[in-house]
Amino acid sequence: MSGYWIGLITILSINVIFAYGIFLAVATGQLNLGGAGFQALGAYAAAYLAMEMDQPLAVTIAAGMIVAGIIGFAIAFPILRLKGVYLVLGTFAFAEVVAGLILNSDALGGATGLPVPTFIDWEVPAIAAVIVALGVFWLMATRFGLVVRSVHDDEVVADLMGVNVRMVRVTAFALGAALAGLSGALYAHAFSFVEIQVFNASLSIYVLLYVLLGGAQTAWGPLFGAAFFTLLPEALRDTLPALKEGVFGALGLEGASNPPDESWRFVILGVATVLMMIFRPEGLITRTLIERLRPGNLARAGRPAEAAE
Amino acid sequence: MLLLQQIANGLMLGSVYVTVAVAFTLTISILNFLNFTIPTLFMLAGMVGWSLAAWGLPFGLSGPLPWPLALAGGIVAAVIASLIVERFTFRYLKTRYGDSTEHAIPLVSSLGFLLILENLVRIEHGSDAQRFPGPSADLTFTLAGIHLRVPQVISLAVVGVLVLGLVWMMRSSRIGRMLRAIAENPDAAGILGIETRRVVPVVFMLTGMLCGLAGALFAVNYGEVSPQMGEDIGAKAIAGMVVGGLGSLWGAVAGGVIIGLIEMMTIHWAGADTVQATVWGALLITLLLRPQGLFGHHAIGKGKL
Repeated sequence: MSGYWIGLITILSINVIFAYGIFLAVATGQLNLGGAGFQALGAYAAAYLAMEMDQPLAVTIAAGMIVAGIIGFAIAFPILRLKGVYLVLGTFAFAEVVAGLILNSDALGGATGLPVPTFIDWEVPAIAAVIVALGVFWLMATRFGLVVRSVHDDEVVADLMGVNVRMVRVTAFALGAALAGLSGALYAHAFSFVEIQVFNASLSIYVLLYVLLGGAQTAWGPLFGAAFFTLLPEALRDTLPALKEGVFGALGLEGASNPPDESWRFVILGVATVLMMIFRPEGLITRTLIERLRPGNLARAGRPAEAAE
Repeated sequence: MLLLQQIANGLMLGSVYVTVAVAFTLTISILNFLNFTIPTLFMLAGMVGWSLAAWGLPFGLSGPLPWPLALAGGIVAAVIASLIVERFTFRYLKTRYGDSTEHAIPLVSSLGFLLILENLVRIEHGSDAQRFPGPSADLTFTLAGIHLRVPQVISLAVVGVLVLGLVWMMRSSRIGRMLRAIAENPDAAGILGIETRRVVPVVFMLTGMLCGLAGALFAVNYGEVSPQMGEDIGAKAIAGMVVGGLGSLWGAVAGGVIIGLIEMMTIHWAGADTVQATVWGALLITLLLRPQGLFGHHAIGKGKL
């Protein structure tokens, strides 16, 4: 396989795992806008263990996951007392504090970053992504998944039915943090270098948007969202400049400055977000859609769907 | 003396944060909506102002404009952008099922606008910082040993007048009473004859104006604009708003000043790299220990519009 595809599969796998981490929190109705913080924790834990202590790959990756998970668990108790806007702000602030502390830590390389000696090829992230995806699908099919869904849809009723709402939220949040940490650890090894500037506020925003646009009702959502927005810029790499030439030519304008094409991808992500929030705020892939696409239901598509909400 | 100078600098910096924080707190207290486009509106005013001053109107309609006029153009651009944002983040969005993430729909939508506006500016002008051609002479005077720049003092005064005007507007004017009624209960306000659809754009106009003004003041005072200039200021303004208390105008003022001072004190004692940790640490501690902030109301962020 060429280097291009290897790079693409690696970043796709990492994004998918990251998106599942945020999905677990969002599925219980908590918008986690601190994804980059947890990813940074995982990445730096793995990088530090590999660099300073010469630990093998399995240990560093597990450590990245565990460190992020434990810190996620610890911060979940106070932070999940917050609701709505406050929760969004709280998680956002958490990520900034993590970045600020790492930036000032000499042991972690501060602003210059840390090199990571052990390199992994695309296989490890890809296998990890498959395992994580299957795991989340399984989790959402268990009783825990049902409880998560009930907490998301109506907290009060879930509480009345005897669900320990707090416990569910904290568990989902901490598990999500661990997954984000895992994606960070994989990132550290796959790119052989970590620097804190990568784990910025924009990253937290993007990953939350992947999840919300893909749909937070089913485990298909984050998979689809992350894959779509990771692959989109690659698909646009050739078509977009041609399109732009055409538009500018038609208007009789010269391109004033040479724009970084990277920006278009975010404009498209933004437009998609705005349109989705207007037309389909529950995300692209919903339970109803999955229900309709079941083979048995497709055959009966002629009849009015009773299963639809 | 150096410390006093730092405190003065902190106040000046704080005045920019205050303006943006007031914009945040207005939307949150009236519409229960954390508007993430605010940093971008701030940036837009600066960048459009710079582009007008450097090149003039688009399509070659005019030559480079003098800087005060260019900044006025930047503010107008911010107001227009804010009204467009209102159309798409607020007007068509309604809650359908009432589940726990639906209150966030406008917030997510505004994140989308943040990406769109910021990256469009980046595509048009590139991501480099640009020098803003402000007042040419270095207008500095010394008061009791503290060096002050005239534009900064003027901005401080402008911000002060603006906040007082807003407080008066919210308390005593007709439109202010309507807005407070909507904040209290949108449905009841509608029944009592307030046309929500017509009044809500006022909030966005004010938001655009405040952010535009803050961006213009920033461009004049610091002489540099860039597509990223909103990120840092917006983040600090959010911190200021939360520390002061969501939904309180005076809270936003106090919080903005406090964050400005914390920032300058941190630079004074610990260096610029620590700022992120202390400012956000203050925010996180406020959220965990006293979520309503110094002057905030408990109810903000819980109801639904």
